[in-house]
This record gives sequence, C-alpha cells and structure tokens, in this order.
Amino acid sequence: MAVDYSALKAGGFMRQKQKDNFSLRLRTVGGTVTAEQLRTVQAVADEFGEGYIHLTSRQGIEIPFIKLADIEEVKRRLAEGGVETGVCGPRVRTVTACQGGRCCPSGCIDALDLAEKLDARYFGRELNHKFKFGVTGCQNNCLKAEENDFGVKGGVQVAWKEDACIGCGVCVKACRRGAITLEEGKITVDEEKCNNCGRCNRSCPTDAWDVTSGYMVSFGGTFGNNLKFGEGLLPFIRDEETLLRVADATIDFFAENGLPSERFFKTLERVGIDTFKVVVEKAYKGEE
Amino acid sequence: MADFQIKDTVDITDVVCPVTFVKAKVALEELEEGEILSIHMADGEPVQNVPRSIKEEGHQILKLLDNSDGTYDLIVRKVGE
Repeated sequence: MAVDYSALKAGGFMRQKQKDNFSLRLRTVGGTVTAEQLRTVQAVADEFGEGYIHLTSRQGIEIPFIKLADIEEVKRRLAEGGVETGVCGPRVRTVTACQGGRCCPSGCIDALDLAEKLDARYFGRELNHKFKFGVTGCQNNCLKAEENDFGVKGGVQVAWKEDACIGCGVCVKACRRGAITLEEGKITVDEEKCNNCGRCNRSCPTDAWDVTSGYMVSFGGTFGNNLKFGEGLLPFIRDEETLLRVADATIDFFAENGLPSERFFKTLERVGIDTFKVVVEKAYKGEE
Repeated sequence: MADFQIKDTVDITDVVCPVTFVKAKVALEELEEGEILSIHMADGEPVQNVPRSIKEEGHQILKLLDNSDGTYDLIVRKVGE
C-alpha cells in the first residue's frame, strides 16, 4: 500500500531519513503544555519513540522515531491524554508567544490569550505556503515578532497625567529612547521617538500616565533560506477586534493572491506591498 | 517640595546590575516602615532600572535628585515589612 506522506505531513508526522520513521510534531500554542499533557507525551515517547523528545525552534514538541505501523495507536493514545498532533506543510503553523502580561512584568498585552485566539481562528488553515504567527508582549521582543509572516508586538500608548505627577524625573531616565523631557514641572513626550515600550509608566512612582495597551503588527517576515524582517504598515492598533480584522484581511489576501509554494513575503514583492497596504488599511479602519 | 527626613543613605555606584537593586533592597530592609532612604546611583542602567524595581517592591518613590555629576539620589519611603 502506498503511504500518503503529504497527508501524514499535514497531520504533523515528519518523515525522517530513517525509513518508516517519523518525528511527530504536537500541537502547542505559545509553548504552553500542561503537566498532564507532558505525562502523556512522556509515556508515548517511552513506548513508541526512543525515550526522548525534541523541543522545536518554534516552541513545539516533536517525538522522534515513531514507527509507521504505530501511527494510529500513537494518535489514539495522545488524544486520550489531551494531546493533539501538529501540522507541517503549506498551512498555518504553530502560533508562538511569550508569556506576556500574564506573568511577565514587562508584558503590555496578554500574549498567550491572543495566541490562543489566533490558533483557534487559523491553525492548520490550508494556504499556498506555510504561514507563521508570532506574538510578543513588549518591545523586548523575546518572541521575535518580525521573523513571522504575521508578527504581533504588544505596546502601550501613554498620556501624561499632570495632576498625579510629582515631577521626580524617573520616567525621563527610564525612557531608553530619549523621548521624554521635563521642563518646569511639565512632561513632554516626543511621539516620533516613543516606541510604546511603556517603561515610563512602569517606573512611575505615582502612576501619572494614562495607558492604552495595543498591538504593533509586522507583515511578511521570514528567517529561513531568505532573511527578511516583517514590515510595519499600520499605526498602533488599540483593540483586539481591529487586530483580528487585520489578521483576517492578511490571511485572505494571501489565500487569494499567493501562488503555490510562494511564501507570503514573495507574494507581497510580486503583487506589490502598496497594494497589500491598501487592503490592511481598510481592515484597520473597518471599511469594507 | 518639603525636605525629607532621611534616615539612611546607601551608595550603589560601586556595584553593577543586579547587585545595584539588591544592595538598595537590603538597605531598605534595615529601615522601619515610613522611614526614608536615599539611594546614590550612577547614570545609565542603574537610574533606568532601579527606580522601577523599587516601585515594583511596593515602596514609595518621593524624588529623584540630579546631582549634575553623573549621579542621582533616589529618595524612597519604605512601605510594608
């Protein structure tokens, strides 16, 4: 019987160089795996693999040396333990994320929550090439947003609250962009220099900032055979609904305009980034 | 701005991150609640980060004094035990 390798690949079974052996990719979101899932993974790796797992470069788990004959049994055992298989090939891949505001003092957004929403909305969607989402909680960019086809970076917009300010000047020093000046008790923020990192707010002893969390999106990044930083085409996005509208428009644009085996940045180069920019600007503004 | 009744001072210009914060934290632990510490720190990384760390520990920052010699004095009121 002929083996349908592309169907296996779509289901996360990565063909190894060793005949009839597969490295099984698991479904993860933002690198989060429960202790219970880990126990299941451990048992499967012991019984059906070679007693180890591989942590992938995109926060996933693979169990190498799964035998062709065991695939159905392995899937059943994983499903029983609440573990789903991942995907490979031309579709939406694992959504990566840092821990963001849920745990990290620097986090401007709940990156994991957003990753879960993006995963629920797009994971495994068939496209002309792989498509990667990554979410990072702040300008520290631990999750390397710009490497992704669609990268999201959390940030804050700040507005000075004069009546709460004691004029201590801590924010002036905390700002790494030199965007803040304090003169005669008044704070001025240079919007051109501000990168929305929020260090001013976090260091402020009297919480003298009005803060709006939001997202900065980059499009068309890749970090494999080609190296390209995703480009930021839109202003700061202040709500999740707008962000998801922009994500929808991006995926739909790629589905409609991409050629087989053409990565998103190549589509943007061929079709023209300005054409795409018009599309995402409309989505940003909520226009049909 | 009223003068502060400074109880103690600590110089953290002789150490580097993260010991800058640790030294300041230890000095704060020696004080009683409500007492005021002056932390002498260098420009650059210490003044970018130490005030934020002090705030995150729950203490109250009262003032950052620029000594105009590349050093600052952060005036902190101890909050909580």
